[in-house]
Amino acid sequence: MHHSQAAEHATIATSTGIDNRKMLIWVFLGSECMFFGSLIATYLVYYGQSLPGTPTPGEILDIPTTSVSTFVLLMSSLMMVLAYSSVSRGNVRNFRIWILCTALLGATFLGFQVFEFTEFAREGLTPKTNLFGTTFFTLTGFHGAHVTVGVIWLVSLFGYSFKGDLTKDGGLSVDMAALYWHFVDIVWIVIFTVIYLIGVTNAPALIE
Amino acid sequence: MASIAGVFRRPTHPAGVWGWITTVDHKKIGALYGVTAFFFFMVGGLEALVMRIQLARAGQDVVSPEVFSQLFTMHALTMIFLGVMPLSAAFFNLIVPLMIGARDVAFPRLNAFSYWLFLFGAIVLQSGWLLGGSPNTGWFAYAPLTSNSFSPGNGMEFYIVGLGVLGISSVAAALNFIVTIINMRAPGMTLMRMPVFIWMTLITSFLLITAFPVITVGLIELYFDRTFGMNFFNAAAGGDVVLWQHLFWFFGHPEVYILILPAMGIVSEVLPTFSRKPLFGYEVVVLSGIIIGFMGWAVWSHHMFTVGLGPIANSVFALTTMFIAIPTGVKIFNWIATMWGGSISFKTPLLFSVGFIAMFIIGGLSGVMHSIAPSDAQQQDTYFVVAHIHYVLFGGSLFAIFSGIYYWFPKATGRMLDDRIGQVNFWLTMIGFNLAFFPMHFLGLDGMPRRQYTYSSDMGWDIWNFVSTIGGLILGVAVLVFLFNFFLSLRKGEIAGNDPWDGRTLEWSISSPPPEYNFATIPTVHGRDAFWEEKYGHGGKVPAGVSPEEGHQGGIHMPSPSYLPLIASLGLSIAAYGLIYSFAVSVVGAVIALAAIYGWALEPAAEPAGRES
Amino acid sequence: MESSSHTRKAAHPTPLTYVKIAANLGAITAFEVGIFYVEAIEDALIPIFIVLSAVKFVLVAMFYMHLKFDERLFSWLFGGGLLLATFVILSLMALFGALL
Repeated sequence: MHHSQAAEHATIATSTGIDNRKMLIWVFLGSECMFFGSLIATYLVYYGQSLPGTPTPGEILDIPTTSVSTFVLLMSSLMMVLAYSSVSRGNVRNFRIWILCTALLGATFLGFQVFEFTEFAREGLTPKTNLFGTTFFTLTGFHGAHVTVGVIWLVSLFGYSFKGDLTKDGGLSVDMAALYWHFVDIVWIVIFTVIYLIGVTNAPALIE
Repeated sequence: MASIAGVFRRPTHPAGVWGWITTVDHKKIGALYGVTAFFFFMVGGLEALVMRIQLARAGQDVVSPEVFSQLFTMHALTMIFLGVMPLSAAFFNLIVPLMIGARDVAFPRLNAFSYWLFLFGAIVLQSGWLLGGSPNTGWFAYAPLTSNSFSPGNGMEFYIVGLGVLGISSVAAALNFIVTIINMRAPGMTLMRMPVFIWMTLITSFLLITAFPVITVGLIELYFDRTFGMNFFNAAAGGDVVLWQHLFWFFGHPEVYILILPAMGIVSEVLPTFSRKPLFGYEVVVLSGIIIGFMGWAVWSHHMFTVGLGPIANSVFALTTMFIAIPTGVKIFNWIATMWGGSISFKTPLLFSVGFIAMFIIGGLSGVMHSIAPSDAQQQDTYFVVAHIHYVLFGGSLFAIFSGIYYWFPKATGRMLDDRIGQVNFWLTMIGFNLAFFPMHFLGLDGMPRRQYTYSSDMGWDIWNFVSTIGGLILGVAVLVFLFNFFLSLRKGEIAGNDPWDGRTLEWSISSPPPEYNFATIPTVHGRDAFWEEKYGHGGKVPAGVSPEEGHQGGIHMPSPSYLPLIASLGLSIAAYGLIYSFAVSVVGAVIALAAIYGWALEPAAEPAGRES
Repeated sequence: MESSSHTRKAAHPTPLTYVKIAANLGAITAFEVGIFYVEAIEDALIPIFIVLSAVKFVLVAMFYMHLKFDERLFSWLFGGGLLLATFVILSLMALFGALL
């Protein structure tokens, strides 16, 4: 038998010894790279191409605020990995604490995003305003949608921990959610760098 | 075999229609894919015939220009997304687990989900015919023709939402087959012992999961432009309409290989069987497939030679495109060399495969002509291109698919398709196909533009158009002959037995049709062409005994049927329809889908059998 | 990857390692935001940001997503998608003249 847990879950041991579901999530994340890659490509192709006189990244984006929300999302990844670590050691009590923290930080990040979006709209940038607005809201919006799905997933796992056994298969169900969550986090690392840090740094030069 | 089946107590499954609706059995899902896709293949064929009748003579008025535009758009979408792709998926489903020695795919319920989502996506895409007009912009839907000002009405929404739903279905199926192929192979089936069809399925699946997200983003952007007034393709706000073309063809060119690689896989199975020789240069054929898959990413702008990307971009893409001819040519030589010196039996499957090689060479040659950018500038948007794509997609993909149907029908149903009717079917297809599409080369070089609903008799195009229409009608007859053969053989066909063709791969080692669990004992693979090895390789030792791993598995425990994949896909499709008409409907659909997904996650893949140790 | 012999069953890191990684991630982010306001190095900022974010990316992928400890196949599956996505971004930028 290749994998001690495989027999419990599937009737057949796998050729590689890897659980089917774990491979599924990794292949899925590979596919997701292409999704976000295309959105980021669109943003970059249109960077600095908005009509003159319309809001620019330099005028709109607020680095301090977004730094805080970035930090929040990074720390949620820490909570997530601690939740997985707990459940894989069979400690469901600690798992519940950490997973709630993760979901809470995720929700906080979403709160920041809602605040950011309304603030930008107040300052005159909506998805219809110019190319910057169109590409910015679409890219960060889809990232936010992924975070939302993640929060729902995490809360569901929290609820399930009272009903079923999450520690079987070495916590695989949690592992899958965790991988998804970290992926959403690293996408944000890219977005924060490309749109915010580099985008604002570079803005004056391009707008001239 | 049947006696072995009796030993194992297995969960009883619902019978009749309900059994099909709740099935998670890859063979039944494959059959559903096949029948649904063939239905849409005929719909697409009818759309083509109406166009051919309209074009049979100059200055006709059978359909209006508006309807003609919808016809050529929907013909392409139907044939690509609802015909050839799901017909390939039907083979993936039917054959992949059998060939790798597995009892099912890795995720049986996800598989059912993919099928139902395909069906609903097809309905969304086709519903434009009844709901006020189908998309009419050509299948590639170039901006700004797709903007609200040039495409009012809901036609484009059916395109966006339909392709979006079909994309999710395809990606879900591809994820499933990647995991299945990497993870569910029988002991001993190393990667380089996998049948070529499995390799091509794997490469196609990787193309699917990487190509579809790109078009999904394009569709989202188009939808946002149309629905929320965003600026992605709005030139007035500085948007660049060429971005759509890049996103589309970044998906569109891998898509071409998604259509042809499974066909190449089928041919690579049929030729060795009917030549009674192993595939010539297996490693090279596999490697060529991988190279074609990779190169599929580096040639997309050859669809855009006339856009004006500049001499450097055009030269780069011309070179990469020419390069693709090398692995493709290598494959063709290998197929021919496989037949060389073999003891060939010209049964219908082989006829279609040989037809594939011949037609695909013609299509490939005109493809190389397109790769020369200045030459392509002359051919762009003429019937020459129409001739090319039909030689590779019909002469290529569909010939191979018919070959596959004749080849594996006995395995799927237990009965042979009639070979004499099959021969008639083949020759009608071959003659009709060449009559219909070869003249388009002449028409194209003579300057006849595509997508025009009519032409003037002064142009001198009448005769070849008329010939082409006759060819199209003959093709229609060929499909009817096939249908006749199908239904006749389903009832009265010769009983096939396990191994009617003296096959080489594992699916022929089990009964026809296979039992629900496929393999009573999982075979152990000792070499490439596993079943042939068993039969002739080691002194006639027929199927391997119980492998050590089997010992403690107890009874064969198959996944249980479930209605949740259907509900989940129905919810998603309702949500998708809501995107066209009302977001409130979307919310309802999303709630249904979410509930189904919860149920799905909570129900075990297989109900406990109750007596497993 | 044909048999279980490749299964890399190395022990996952301890919670302490995870916390240290998080501290690094936080520190790098703080550093990024800090140098963002330093006008003297404005020209060098873009490469610095790219390198630093790549470091953060790799830290999360290697440790939190366990790529360093798990099956190498996962790195191939994910890295393949990542490379192709990068190719999409760079080639589109080049075609639109947005690169350099």
